[in-house]
Amino acid sequence: MDAGGSRIVHTSFFYRSQEIPHKKSGLSMNFKKFILNRLLLSIVVIFGLSIVIFCIARIVPGDPARMALGATATEHALETFRAENHLKEPLPMQYVYWIKGVLTGDFGISTMTKRPVIQDMMEFLPATLEVVILAAVFLVLGSIFLGRLAAKHKDSVLDAAVRVFSYAGVAIPGFVLAVLLLLLFGYVWPIIPVLGRLSHGIAAPPGITGMYTLDSLLSGNFSTFGDAFLHILTPALALCAGGMFQEARLVRNAMTENMGKDYLAAMEGYGVPKRLIMNKYLFKPSLIPAVSCMGMDIAALMSNAFLIEVIFGWPGISKYGMNAMLAKDLNAISGVILIFGTIFVVINIIVDIIVAYLDPRIRLGGGKQ
Amino acid sequence: MIKSRDAEIKKALAYEAKRQEERPVTSNFQKHLDNLKKAGHKFFRNKLSGVGLAVVLLIIFSAIFANYITPYPIHAGAYVDFAHSNQPPSAQFLLGTDNMGRDILTRIIFSFRGALYMAVLVLAISVPVGVFLGILGGYLKGTIVDTLIMRITDVFLSVPALLLALAVASVLKPNLTNAMMAVTLMWWPWYTRLVYGMATSCRNENFVISAGLIGAGKAHIIFKEILPNCLSAVFTKMALDVGWVILIGATLSYVGLGEQPPTPSLGQMVSDGARYLPDSWWMTVFPSIAIIIIILGFNFMGDGIGDMLSKGDGKDA
Repeated sequence: MDAGGSRIVHTSFFYRSQEIPHKKSGLSMNFKKFILNRLLLSIVVIFGLSIVIFCIARIVPGDPARMALGATATEHALETFRAENHLKEPLPMQYVYWIKGVLTGDFGISTMTKRPVIQDMMEFLPATLEVVILAAVFLVLGSIFLGRLAAKHKDSVLDAAVRVFSYAGVAIPGFVLAVLLLLLFGYVWPIIPVLGRLSHGIAAPPGITGMYTLDSLLSGNFSTFGDAFLHILTPALALCAGGMFQEARLVRNAMTENMGKDYLAAMEGYGVPKRLIMNKYLFKPSLIPAVSCMGMDIAALMSNAFLIEVIFGWPGISKYGMNAMLAKDLNAISGVILIFGTIFVVINIIVDIIVAYLDPRIRLGGGKQ
Repeated sequence: MIKSRDAEIKKALAYEAKRQEERPVTSNFQKHLDNLKKAGHKFFRNKLSGVGLAVVLLIIFSAIFANYITPYPIHAGAYVDFAHSNQPPSAQFLLGTDNMGRDILTRIIFSFRGALYMAVLVLAISVPVGVFLGILGGYLKGTIVDTLIMRITDVFLSVPALLLALAVASVLKPNLTNAMMAVTLMWWPWYTRLVYGMATSCRNENFVISAGLIGAGKAHIIFKEILPNCLSAVFTKMALDVGWVILIGATLSYVGLGEQPPTPSLGQMVSDGARYLPDSWWMTVFPSIAIIIIILGFNFMGDGIGDMLSKGDGKDA
C-alpha cells in the first residue's frame, strides 16, 4: 500500500469519526451500564417473584399432603409425603428447599399428571412459544404496516377503520374474540382448520424444537408445514388482533405528530427524497412509543394464551397451566408462573434494549431511566 | 415614628377595603359553577366521551334497578323452565333464552351488578394503597423504604396481572370475593408506579422544598403538598381501569373462578353459551356484546375525564 493512499484513507476516516462520533463505536459506556443495571434488576425481580409464587402456593387452605395424595390416602402415606417434601419444617426452610430444586430444574412432581413438572413443561412449552412467536410477528409487522398506511393516507377510510378497530381491540376480550373466530372459521366460513395442531392422519414432524411448523420446515416436509401453519393461524390471529390495531394506532399517531416537526421540513427543503424521509427519518423516531407498548403487549400475549389455548384445544403450556389451576396442582402452577415470569422479564429487557437503540437520548445520554 | 407606621397601616387597610369593594362580586357558588361549566365543556369536546357517559349511567341505573326494569327478575337466580329453553330472540324474550329457559336479557342486566361491584371494590382498595405507597416511595427516594417498595412493585409488575390473578383465584375457593381479592392484589402496583414517578419529580419542586423549610411535617408534605398534584392522573387512570377490572373479572368468571352459578356473570354466560354454538348463537353473542359495550363505555368516559382533568384547553387531545 503506498503512502499517499493510506493517508487519504486515514484523513477520510478521521473526518468521518469527527462527524458522527458514535456511529461506529456503537454501545457507549453508559449504555453498557444501563444494560447491566437492567440485568441485575431483573435477577432481583425474578427472585422476588419466586417468593411471591411460593407464598401463593402456601396460602392454600387445607393440607398440601392431603391435596396431593387425595382423600383416600392413609395417615402413614401422608406422613411419608410430608417428610419427603419437607412440609414439617418452618416456611423459610421450605422455601430454601424449593428454590434449590427450582435452580436445578426440579419443580417437583405434578399431582395432575404424576410426572415431574419440568418434563411436562418441556413438552408443552414449544407449542405455546410457537403460537406466541407467530402472534408477536403478526403484531409487530401488522401494526407497523397498518400504522404507516394509516399515517400516509391520513383521514381516509383506512385511517378510520384502523381507529375503529383499535377501539374494538381494547374492548373485545381475548376469549370473546376466540369464540367468535371459532364460530366464523369453524362453522360460517370453514376455510381454515380451527382445532388442534395437525389434521388427522398427518404424522407429527420429528421433534427438533417441538414447534411443528419449524420442525417440518427443518426436515423439509412442506405438506406438514402447510397443515401445521393453517392450524396455527386462527389461534395466532385471536391472540394478536387486539394489540395489533392498538399499536397501529400508536404508530399512526406518532407518525402524524412527527410529520409536522421542523427537522422534517428542513430535510425536505434540502431535497432529501420523500421516500427516504418517510422510511427512515420519520419512521424510526415514530416507532419509539409503539415499541415500548409492543413489549407490554407481546408479554400480554403470554397471559392471553391462557384462554386462547383452552378454547382452541391447543396443547401448550397455558392449557397445561389452566388445567393445573383448575386441579389445584400447586407444583405445576408455581412452575408455570415462574417460567412465564422469567419469559416476561426477558422480553422486557429486550424491549428496553431496542428502545434504547432507537432512542439516542437513552443510548448516548446515559440511560437516565 | 410609631404614628407614621400606624397611618401607613390604616392607609393600606383602606386601600384593601376599597379593592375588595371594587372587585366584581363572585360568590363561591358562582365560581364553582364556572369551573363546572369549563370542565363540562372540556369533557364533551369529544362526542364519544358523552356517549361513554350515557352508556355508563345507563348501566349503573339498570344494575341498581334491575329488579324493576328487567322483564323476568326471577330468572336471575336458580330458575328452570324447560318449556322455554333454547329459544331464539323473540318479542317475548328479546335476546332469547338459555338452556334452562331463562331470559338472557334479564341475566345480562343482573350480571352488571357483580361486574360493577367488583370494579368499585377492587379500585376502592387498591388505589389508596397503591397511591400511598407510591408517594411514600417517591418522597423518600433513595432510602431503604423507596428501594423496598419499588422492588416489590417491580416483582408484581413482572408477571401479567391476569396470570397472577388466575393463580391466586385458583388456589382459593372460587367465588366473587376471592376473585376480587386476587385482582386487588394485582392492581395496586400500577398506581404505585404511576404516582412514584410524579412524586419524585414533585419533591424537587420549590413549593415542596419551601414547605419543608418553614417546618411542615412529613405527613403534611405528603398529603397536602404532593398528593393533590398526583390526583388528576390517578382519577384518569381509575376511570379507564373500571373497564379493565370488569374485563379481568369476566375472564375469571369465564374459566369458572368468579361468581358462581346460579348468580349470572357475563364471562360465565359466554362460556356456558359457547357449548351450544353455533345453533344457539344468541347465548354467546349477546353477553359478549354486553361485555364489549361496558368496556367501551368506561373507556370513552375515561378518555373524557382525562381531557377534563388535563391542564390546558385540551384542544390537542
